[in-house]
Amino acid sequence: MKKIRALAATGNLSTGFREETLVRAVQQGAHFIGCDAGTTDSGPYYLGSGKPRGPREGSKRNLRIMIREALKAGIPVIVGSAGHAGGTPHLNWTLEIVRELARENAWHFKLAAIDSEIPKELLLGAFLAGRIAPLCPAPELQELSIRQAERFVAMMGIEPIQSALNSGAQVVVAGRCSDVAIYAALPVVEGIPKSIAFHAGKILECGSAAVAQRFYPDCMAAELDQDGFTVEPPNPAFRCTPQSVAAHTLYENADPYHLVESGGVVDTTAAKYEAISDRAVRVSGAHFIPAEKYTVRIEGAALAGYRSIVVAGIRDPLVLRQLDKFLTGLRSVVERKIEDSLKLSRLAYTLQFRVYGSNGSLGQAEPCPQVEGHEVGLIIDVVASSQSLAADILPIVWHTGLHHPIPEQEGLASNFAFPFSPPGADMGPVYRFCANHVWQLDDPCEPFRMTIENL
Amino acid sequence: MRELWQYTKLIRSKNAGPFELTFDIMFKDEDCFREVLTSGKLSAELIAQLYKVDLKQVRFFVIESLLTVKVSIPRPVFSGDVDDTDVYGGQFHGPLVRLPVETG
Repeated sequence: MKKIRALAATGNLSTGFREETLVRAVQQGAHFIGCDAGTTDSGPYYLGSGKPRGPREGSKRNLRIMIREALKAGIPVIVGSAGHAGGTPHLNWTLEIVRELARENAWHFKLAAIDSEIPKELLLGAFLAGRIAPLCPAPELQELSIRQAERFVAMMGIEPIQSALNSGAQVVVAGRCSDVAIYAALPVVEGIPKSIAFHAGKILECGSAAVAQRFYPDCMAAELDQDGFTVEPPNPAFRCTPQSVAAHTLYENADPYHLVESGGVVDTTAAKYEAISDRAVRVSGAHFIPAEKYTVRIEGAALAGYRSIVVAGIRDPLVLRQLDKFLTGLRSVVERKIEDSLKLSRLAYTLQFRVYGSNGSLGQAEPCPQVEGHEVGLIIDVVASSQSLAADILPIVWHTGLHHPIPEQEGLASNFAFPFSPPGADMGPVYRFCANHVWQLDDPCEPFRMTIENL
Repeated sequence: MRELWQYTKLIRSKNAGPFELTFDIMFKDEDCFREVLTSGKLSAELIAQLYKVDLKQVRFFVIESLLTVKVSIPRPVFSGDVDDTDVYGGQFHGPLVRLPVETG
């Protein structure tokens, strides 16, 4: 019976792994090395701005070891969600590192790049043809918002990766990609059932996160066959337990039993997790329910404005005991000043007082917003249509706030403690996610563009 | 009167994508798991009230095999939006940690 050994280098390409662990795992007979490089967890900035999250040197070190070992063993490397957000600039950033490594080390191999950024005209066509549907919850998507957005990517399933592998590519760098697809693509080509390949992919996608105690980021390996898979960390200092592996299906997943992937849903309700040694766990029993229509998720980011912020402390107990009133009063004074001096209505910008010590972490969702401590931290947060406008509004707010009075004070007081000079900073563009939709495809590879290079 | 954290080995929140939040409440052992569930204190109603979301939008899972309660809700503000406060959603579990649990 054919067995496929899948190796996850680590949970995120930027995080890293121990060189000796990866070398050992490849020597133990891995059939491919996979690595996820992206996520939407860090917010919409990377997709919107086109900037990779980096670090470049760290990512290069990890790719160097992965590609070197893969070339020695004659197995493929599959990197998904390149450059963090998987858009064209993110993909190109990663490809440049791979080409640089090939040059520096005189390596020769076939490199496949799969671009997942969606040209707007293509997306508009699909939208107008009624092939784009919202998930729940989702921002509203309209023709205008598609045109105005900064960038869209589609999240590929296993098929584009399989097509790259079939073309003989030894290194596959994919744009935005399902984490699971990185690990399921090759096993499914080799005849492993999707229920097993997808479930194993979910366990592998965060690297060593599925071990009982993760002392540091490292590799994870699984052996897949027709009946299930065995997951065992290649680092002898780590161990998996049925609990640690099963618990990983909960992570970052809204529904613990149903993992939605392009092409179907993995139902783990009946999955079994059994210890077969003190470090290895046998997993079986998941079901794959094929979707009626093949869809891919799309992600988009739109520019929301430009941000400038100031950080201040407030320590005076008389101010603190009436902080809400103080800030409400301040707001109305500065709104008037901004209107007078900059001719800007309060609808033309956003001004937020983020009060740490009250509801800084949870905002409106905070059930206990009353101030109880002896001081609070305040971030004055301005977002406007240009950086220069935000930077013009900000001093009006902080300088007015500094001397904003409370009834118990006579004469000019200073009610903010600024730790920095200058007190604030320009934060650059702010983006927002503008799509949580699925795109119905006739061909799972349709919006993804593959190019092959012989290095 | 004990508090929820005294029954658990981990209480965490995290984004489940940019539009949803998910909470994992993992209990120390079967006794702790049963005691808290029997108390009725940890419920979909509590989450709806605490985070000001519609009860119909609260997904509440009791996972016996992992001695875990998992709850998912829509994000009150999408991750990274202009007025978001927690891009990763990593601190939303805070109000649950000291939840009073009455047991008979």
